[in-house]
Amino acid sequence: MPATKLSTAAASDHASRVFDLDQMSLRELNQALHNLMPGSNETAWEVLNPKGSHSVAVGVDQPVSIDVRGSVGYYCGGMNSGSAITVHGSAGPGVGENMMSGSITVKGDASQYAGATGKGGLLVIEGNASSRCGISMKGIDIVVHGNIGHMSAFMAQSGNLVVLGDAGDALGDSIYEARLFVRGKVDSLGADCIAKEMRPEHLELLQGLLDRAGVTGVKPSEFKRYGSARTLYNFNIDNADAY
Amino acid sequence: MCGIVGLFLKDKALEPQLGAMLSQMLVSLSDRGPDSAGIAIYGAPSRNEAKITIQSPRPERDFRGLDAELTKALGVPVSVMVKSTHAVIRTTPEKVDAARETIQSLRPDIRIMGAGEAVEIYKEVGLPEAVVDRFDIRGMTGTHGIGHTRMATESAVTTMGAHPFSTGADQCLVHNGSLSNHNNVRRELVREGMTFETENDTEVAAAYLSSQMAHGKNLGEALEGTLSDLDGFFTFVVGTKNGFGVVRDPIACKPAVMAETDQYVAFGSEYRALTKLPGIDNARVWEPEPATVYFWEH
Repeated sequence: MPATKLSTAAASDHASRVFDLDQMSLRELNQALHNLMPGSNETAWEVLNPKGSHSVAVGVDQPVSIDVRGSVGYYCGGMNSGSAITVHGSAGPGVGENMMSGSITVKGDASQYAGATGKGGLLVIEGNASSRCGISMKGIDIVVHGNIGHMSAFMAQSGNLVVLGDAGDALGDSIYEARLFVRGKVDSLGADCIAKEMRPEHLELLQGLLDRAGVTGVKPSEFKRYGSARTLYNFNIDNADAY
Repeated sequence: MCGIVGLFLKDKALEPQLGAMLSQMLVSLSDRGPDSAGIAIYGAPSRNEAKITIQSPRPERDFRGLDAELTKALGVPVSVMVKSTHAVIRTTPEKVDAARETIQSLRPDIRIMGAGEAVEIYKEVGLPEAVVDRFDIRGMTGTHGIGHTRMATESAVTTMGAHPFSTGADQCLVHNGSLSNHNNVRRELVREGMTFETENDTEVAAAYLSSQMAHGKNLGEALEGTLSDLDGFFTFVVGTKNGFGVVRDPIACKPAVMAETDQYVAFGSEYRALTKLPGIDNARVWEPEPATVYFWEH
């Protein structure tokens, strides 16, 4: 994670606002982000020296871009609503937890429960994700370029999890209606999670997700789809051992 | 929560900075545990010397004249270096057991934190910053060390309930998590003849490892045993005279991140503990896999 020099360049006509967390507090950064009003010209933000700080850019609810230069700790981009956050480093536990919309891209790796309970938006992890990726996801789309750890998509309810690499043990344990697409091997499937047929609509959906996540040179046909067998939706005493 | 750190140096040039590096790592995790903090530092072992770290709630009374009394009782030279509520006793390796017994009979209020050729252990209630200042940890030299800042869940907030726990010569352990079968394991270890100072679950884990190694297992094999014999949540970081090991339980919900360069191997509960280490931007950084033993030896 190379240190980045202070930059005023921005994609738009407006200079980016630079927050150096060596000089300012995290609270000042998050308050400034929360003060943004609809239509603000401050559309490009840059955060320097995060050094593993927790809760960087949580609760942003305006369509701004935020570039974080370095690695972050817990809950980066939590509850994000509409902003496009890029972490130029790795992310700690709970990146994008309960995201509503917008996008988060992690250039490095992500720790446990990335995208947990997310209701919308797109989370892209260009490295590997750890255990419980997409746990209880509720509509978020997650694309992981590398591998994911054990118990991923546990109790996932809706949304899509795309994994270009491998998945750990107990993938999709107690899954509801989320769709899981894995290109590599799956160590084991959790309770009520099964491999499913890839129909044309799934290939189309997956191509769209790969495009949105900037993945090239990978075909949807290389993936397997997994989802719920729907045998545990309603309690049945015959299934007691499976819960 | 609890925060744990560990640093195992490969590059001798860093040894004078071990205490400062480890202190900085631990202080960065202060808000993971405000109850107590502790650190174990391994200096270069000396063949003709053993060290015993002791603690007293009343150091002025208990440490005064102790060197002379121990020298007289043991018949060999004994030195006592006092650091706040702790003191490091140096004597010959053959006299360690006798020294422990003599200390307990001369000064019943003294607690023995650990002993060995290399290790010194400092722990007290309070935040890491206060603890490392009190014992001047930043100025210490060494080859490797581990540290802990505690949020108490399993037993009282006391000096003895603080980590690291040491139950064998030059062995110590810090733990993030909680064990559910520690009472059963403690009973089995007591039957083997081990003694316990606290009701703490982590002390059981430390004693379990000591027992396994006393039965001839190496550190790696002993750590493998924790995966089948200890129930609950844990990330353990352990030190031995010349080794450093890490293991997480199969569920692995307690956080852990490691970094390795040509100069060192470092462990932190969170990445922010590692951010000030030299060369961290180019280090190999990874999360230890669940149910997987990692260890390094000099």
